[in-house]
Amino acid sequence: MNNVNITIDGLAITARSGMTVLQAALANGLYIPNLCNHPDLAPAGLCRVCVVKVDNKKIAISCKLPVQDGMAISTEDPEVMQIRKSSVELLVAYHPLTCLTCEKDNDCELQRVAHYVGVTQEGMKRYRRSVRTIPKDTSNPFFDIDHSKCIMCGICIRTCDELQNINAIDYAQRGVSCIVATLGNKPIAQSRCESCGECVVRCPVGALAVKTAQAPMREVSSICTYCGVGCGLFLGVRGDRIVSVRGDRNNPVNKGSLCVKGRFGYDFVNHPDRLKTPWVKKDGKLVEASWDEALDLIADNFSKSKGDGFATLASARMTNEDNYLLQKFTRSVMETNTIDHCARL
Amino acid sequence: MTFTQLQEDARQEWNALRNDNNPQIMIGTATCGRSAGAMAVVKAFEQELEQKGITAHITEVGCIGPCYAEPLVNIAKPGKPTISYRNVTPSMVTEITDAYLVGEDPLAHYTLGTFGDGKIEGVSRVLDTPSFKPQERRVFRNCGVIDPTNINHYIANQGYEGLNKALTMTQEEVVDIMKRSGLRGRGGGGFPAGRKWEAGLKAKGTPKYVVCNADEGDPGAFMDRAVIEGDPHSVIEGMIIAGYTIGSQTGYIYVRAEYPLAIKRLEMAIAQAHEKGLLGKNILGTDFCFDINIFPGAGAFVCGESTALTLSIEGKRGMPRVAPRPRTTEIGLYDKPTLLNNVKTFASAPMIIVKGAEWFASVGTEKSTGTAIFALTGKVNNCGLIEVPMGITLRQIIYDIGGGVSDGGEFKAVQTGGPSGGCLPESLLDTPIDYDSLDEAGSIMGSGGMVVLDEKTCMVDVARYFLDFTEIESCGQCVPCRLGTKQLLEILKDICKGRGKEGDHELLYELSHSVHGGSVCGLGQTAANPVLTTLRYFKSEYDAHIYDKCCPAKVCKSLISYVILEDKCKGCTLCAKSCPVNAISGEKKQVHVIDQSLCVQCGVCMEKCPNKFSAVDCVSPRVKTEVS
Ligand SMILES: Cc1cc2nc3c(=O)[nH]c(=O)nc-3n(C[C@H](O)[C@H](O)[C@H](O)COP(=O)(O)O)c2cc1C
Ligand code: SF4
Ligand code: SF4
Ligand code: SF4
Ligand code: SF4
Ligand code: SF4
Ligand code: FES
Repeated sequence: MNNVNITIDGLAITARSGMTVLQAALANGLYIPNLCNHPDLAPAGLCRVCVVKVDNKKIAISCKLPVQDGMAISTEDPEVMQIRKSSVELLVAYHPLTCLTCEKDNDCELQRVAHYVGVTQEGMKRYRRSVRTIPKDTSNPFFDIDHSKCIMCGICIRTCDELQNINAIDYAQRGVSCIVATLGNKPIAQSRCESCGECVVRCPVGALAVKTAQAPMREVSSICTYCGVGCGLFLGVRGDRIVSVRGDRNNPVNKGSLCVKGRFGYDFVNHPDRLKTPWVKKDGKLVEASWDEALDLIADNFSKSKGDGFATLASARMTNEDNYLLQKFTRSVMETNTIDHCARL
Repeated sequence: MTFTQLQEDARQEWNALRNDNNPQIMIGTATCGRSAGAMAVVKAFEQELEQKGITAHITEVGCIGPCYAEPLVNIAKPGKPTISYRNVTPSMVTEITDAYLVGEDPLAHYTLGTFGDGKIEGVSRVLDTPSFKPQERRVFRNCGVIDPTNINHYIANQGYEGLNKALTMTQEEVVDIMKRSGLRGRGGGGFPAGRKWEAGLKAKGTPKYVVCNADEGDPGAFMDRAVIEGDPHSVIEGMIIAGYTIGSQTGYIYVRAEYPLAIKRLEMAIAQAHEKGLLGKNILGTDFCFDINIFPGAGAFVCGESTALTLSIEGKRGMPRVAPRPRTTEIGLYDKPTLLNNVKTFASAPMIIVKGAEWFASVGTEKSTGTAIFALTGKVNNCGLIEVPMGITLRQIIYDIGGGVSDGGEFKAVQTGGPSGGCLPESLLDTPIDYDSLDEAGSIMGSGGMVVLDEKTCMVDVARYFLDFTEIESCGQCVPCRLGTKQLLEILKDICKGRGKEGDHELLYELSHSVHGGSVCGLGQTAANPVLTTLRYFKSEYDAHIYDKCCPAKVCKSLISYVILEDKCKGCTLCAKSCPVNAISGEKKQVHVIDQSLCVQCGVCMEKCPNKFSAVDCVSPRVKTEVS
């Protein structure tokens, strides 16, 4: 691919052709405010915050504008600043601003652009303020939808469509009543949503928020234990408790994506019912046993059960390699072809 | 059948009707006529003719234009010019029948005038009246003249001649003539039609589509409906010619479901065109095949925007595509090359082919050729649909055609272009009507709404009214439009309520410019026009509201008080009896008083106070109420 040279506010940068101006800027470490843009998704051009001026003439939306050799981009043109500021101030005017108790505090794109364009208390006094009063959708076991914080960037809708191919949510209604909704505006738990949470992690504000989220004290790089895909993730830990899970964008297997189990199903780790040692039935009662005792018992029983009286049920939670070995073991050691797999978890 | 044969048959039928020895009764029964009661008039005539044993043809025709005179009945007696009767009610039917159908008394006081050759004593010729003289009926040429449900009427009046001729031309030749005509899209944007057709022809990819935009979502606009209801074949013929020109076989008409009569007329016209071999396979014996589907739209204003419209036909949510995007001529309906034009744009095409580009451009201005159609409404004497040459001034339209401000009122402003347009003051009345001049004045041609406002109109309230519409109709996908229109509306509402504050002016300006410059589609980009033009031309009215809490037009309820003038009140008690909230007290023959803390500013007392006293006055700002 060819490189093109453009300038942004007079700074010369090089970009790959095919990139948008916003991509080129961000790749070169230059921030252009943006809200509805996400690197994993096709640009939508809806928030209008990434507005720039091209060649001192035309107003354009940088997230949709392909770079062209020799382009001169201005992000500080008065007209640009006015449009950008109005859009952000409008969003703030209709936003609850409950930052202190918001999951996204400090990691919120609306906060970021508001700071950048210089939203002030004084400036906001000119506006008529109000906040949406639609009740939160708390039907999903893992995350809540707070329409009052939603900036209608459409990232969740595009995520569910472009990345997940599920299309559980879309726009509904018109004008200021426009909301993100499921089919028939039912609670999300009654929709085809698979609770993957991909939309939640991409929401630039606190409109989609994990119910039990806690900021971790530290993060540990790990692999998801749920299935043979082996998605890379970071477990957020406090003491000996897992308090969050985050997909690893640099892991070639999942590039940051996770499914509902990997992302939200970690409470088993600290669950009191979790089995931590083998149990063996003695005199009709299950009692705790050592590993050696249990494995001996298994080996003993297995050697008595060769042939078609024996069956193996393999687990999707093991790796492909483990499962391969298991079928080898079943066929050549246990001398039966009766093996099935649970990959329906 | 060859086209010549079709024409001959049609002319025979038409001439037989014209030269018949019996009178013709033509009644305008488009939606506008119907809502004025035309169907009852049709029935009354039918009964009357039967009872009296009179032979006459009753034909239901489309809208002739002058809504103020609906229901309109045109009666043509053999050898006489057609007489147009205005505001006909069923109770007038017997009188008209006896006087003019049986006898020879034209009942001049009931008439609008005559059409056609010849003169009838005491009745003026309609086309000589100031209201009609400046008009030039081209798109409306058949409306009110032919029976829209009879294809032969259309064919007998040069209908499908354009198609027949186009089929002998090359596609490039059709594009050329369209380009030379200078016709600009009548959907509001004014994009040159010839250039669009050329792009459609050059676009690569199959199939290609032709789409007719009959969404007509502007409040107060009903021109497209009138054309479809009165002359559906003109639109269909235009679309077929367009299909031939760009190499398309499929057309769609996107028409709002709230137009059931228009849909019915289109369905009927399409079926008739099929029967005559003018639509469908091998049109007029050529290799060219073309068919038209009707798509009833759910009525969202934004679905009139071309990209939202094509998505809506695809069954998707009607949200405009975001620029930069390919043109609809390249990637449109089902992502295929699509030629999308307005109803009137298509309806203009057949005439251009028949009469030539020069004929078309012979009226209008250099950059805006042809005629413009407006729905003239508001405080004007003659409201209705008018067709005028481009370049005519607003003054001519309002004072000559419209007959001036109604009820003896004083002109204040004229609003053109619907919710995307602006309000122009007296000083701009000599602005010529064309795309560019209106644009410069801060308004737009739009799809053709024109509302005349008098001194009793509050300009802040007018801006609020239009923002109320755009705020609801915004599709909601982009921030400046979705929230900008809401904020503008809330500020305007506050100003009207007396809650305007220092800085509102500046914020209105600021936001208007941002909404204009930042929005995705035309809806948002033009939504602030009503605010910007009223701020520009009527700033003092905003000031009065904000700083003096005064509504000079005495419209904004929160800023007015009704008071009873001591020296005029004779204590007749009428006001007190009619006040819905019992805010008025006073003994008989004693001066009455309004308790301002109870009054809800309904104005009933002012209406009820006898004219000879005129003791109730409306004042703004509000009178101060003593806190007891
Ligand atoms: C919000 C919005 C509503 C529109 N509504 C209509 C409409 O009702 N009818 C129409 O013909 N064009 C409408 N337009 C303009 C169309 O997008 C398009 O420009 C036009 O139909 C093209 O036809 P023309 O070239 O013949 O004018 C609308 C545009 C916008 C932005
Ligand atoms: S979403 Fe952002 S701006 Fe809104 S309350 Fe949360 S942190 Fe604050
Ligand atoms: S959680 Fe997953 S499936 Fe559910 S709406 Fe979000 S992206 Fe779609
Ligand atoms: S919920 Fe979040 S991601 Fe979805 S539209 Fe609202 S702000 Fe955007
Ligand atoms: S300008 Fe308004 S109607 Fe147009 S895309 Fe934006 S929100 Fe939708
Ligand atoms: S304006 Fe209406 S409410 Fe007020 S005093 Fe008159 S009649 Fe009564
Ligand atoms: S980031 Fe470009 S419009 Fe939202």
